[in-house]
Amino acid sequence: MSASPTAITREQVRHLADLARIDLEDAELDHLAPQLSVILESVASISAIAADDIEPTSHALPLTNVFRDDVVVPSLSAEAALSGAPQVEEQRFAVPKILGEE
Amino acid sequence: MNFDEALAAFDPAMGLEVHVELNTATKMFCGCPTEFGAEPNTQTCPTCLGLPGSLPVVNGKGVESAIRIGLALNCSIAEWCRFARKNYFYPDMPKNFQTSQYDEPIAFDGFLDVELADGEVVRVEIERAHMEEDTGKSTHVGGSTGRIHGADYSLVDYNRAGIPLIEIVTRPILGTRERAPEVAKAYVAQLREILLGLGVSDVRMEQGSMRCDVNLSLAPKDSGLLGTRTETKNVNSLRSVERAVRFEISRHAEILSGGGSILQETRHFHEDTGITTSGREKSDAEDYRYFPEPDLVPIAPSREWVEQLRSELPEPPRVRRARLQEAWGFSDLEMRDTVGAGALGLVEETIAAGAAPQAARKWWLGELARRANEDGVEVSALPITPADVAGVQALVDAKTINDKLAREVFEGVLAGEGTPADVVAKRGLAMVSDDGALAEAVATAIAANPDVADKIREGKVAAAGALIGEVMKLMRGKADAARVRELILESLTSS
Repeated sequence: MSASPTAITREQVRHLADLARIDLEDAELDHLAPQLSVILESVASISAIAADDIEPTSHALPLTNVFRDDVVVPSLSAEAALSGAPQVEEQRFAVPKILGEE
Repeated sequence: MNFDEALAAFDPAMGLEVHVELNTATKMFCGCPTEFGAEPNTQTCPTCLGLPGSLPVVNGKGVESAIRIGLALNCSIAEWCRFARKNYFYPDMPKNFQTSQYDEPIAFDGFLDVELADGEVVRVEIERAHMEEDTGKSTHVGGSTGRIHGADYSLVDYNRAGIPLIEIVTRPILGTRERAPEVAKAYVAQLREILLGLGVSDVRMEQGSMRCDVNLSLAPKDSGLLGTRTETKNVNSLRSVERAVRFEISRHAEILSGGGSILQETRHFHEDTGITTSGREKSDAEDYRYFPEPDLVPIAPSREWVEQLRSELPEPPRVRRARLQEAWGFSDLEMRDTVGAGALGLVEETIAAGAAPQAARKWWLGELARRANEDGVEVSALPITPADVAGVQALVDAKTINDKLAREVFEGVLAGEGTPADVVAKRGLAMVSDDGALAEAVATAIAANPDVADKIREGKVAAAGALIGEVMKLMRGKADAARVRELILESLTSS
């Protein structure tokens, strides 16, 4: 990979994988780093189009203050809420201990 | 190292982060209810479970409450701000991010003037108050009891995930020295009072609807520096806030004066022992990669709305206290005790219901505080209304009952026997106002105690006490002691 400004390094991928609690092999890092770089490059091409007269924005819609009234709508049943859980105990989602957790 | 030694060598700096759950009917980004104590996972929907395709919509009431809190804390209100995603992978948030605010808080640059017990006022600067959502509740299941291949695991209930939270962050509080623990406690107490007054939260620390994180660091005395801080999490009572600050000051001082250095870390406070222990270390796991929430549009509160909300703010607690103290003629001590007992509003309502200020104070802080203490509840939780208390006092004022009988009336009201008048009627507690019956009892008492009677005749009026007691006994307590005294003196001095 060339050292383009959007290039993502193996170390960065490892860091992101750590944050996402994903265990990646060295071979996977070699494989993913260039792929992520390509994605970043594609997105970065927007900067080439956006001129100074275009305000940075996080939304496509020119809207503000879209609010909901504080009115209760029915929730899912516990059964429905838990239906996608691989493991359920005491009507709760059973999840593995997270690394570094007490 | 003890607290005094620590302060001889170091200056403490504190930062307090308070999380407040709003009492909106629904969550911040979906219409799920927010009731405390519901059955696990019965208050969730695709949005707060982070299911694909679901979209959040902001609860307008949550924004309104956030602005009102900001205004009550003398903050500026952002003209335009956004939510952000705080990305982390932990099972308490099923979305794998928490919707929060990052560099664009809705309220910022405020202050709170905190009044200490002796009347000294310390200004605590508020850096920001921002909106976010609460996380789910994990119950950790230990290895010994674990049933997933004997491993440790957690059980998660997402009822709480998505409940609106306001995080209120102070700037470093400096120069409070030995009063740091007291200032921290007073700040949280006063913040709680303000939030109660605003009616935006239940602020029940024991239920977790108000939680405090204490940041603390020490620097060499008079150096003006800031040392490495620790963050003590989820300190869940006012008393614990004070204890956690005190403990961390001593602990830091011990390490620093021994030549060691403080590890920047999260610590946990233990209510039972009053100490803190190390939690997870701050590491790159706290790289949250915030970015603006693309599923929510910005919030731009109009100035008209903000001014409208400002004009409707309740009177600040300090101003209210000063006004009431003046109106009631309470001493500083009486006022502090009333506030400290959580009886300010009760006393106010009792006075509004017709009782004299001192009488209202006497009952709530005396008989009723004693009962509350016996039952282990707040006075406000006693099953008696300010109108009942005013009613009891009205009966005393009308000489239907005396103070001693009033205690029995309170007992009856608390036992659910009805209004004070009902209790007096049912238990037959009314005093005998018939002078004929009283005169008879007085005559009996004098006849039975000729020596005491002689003393009074000789002018030793103080001896009358013994006869009054005798008459009260004969009347089974149902007599006005002042009237009895008059009758005794009349019959022994006029003849």
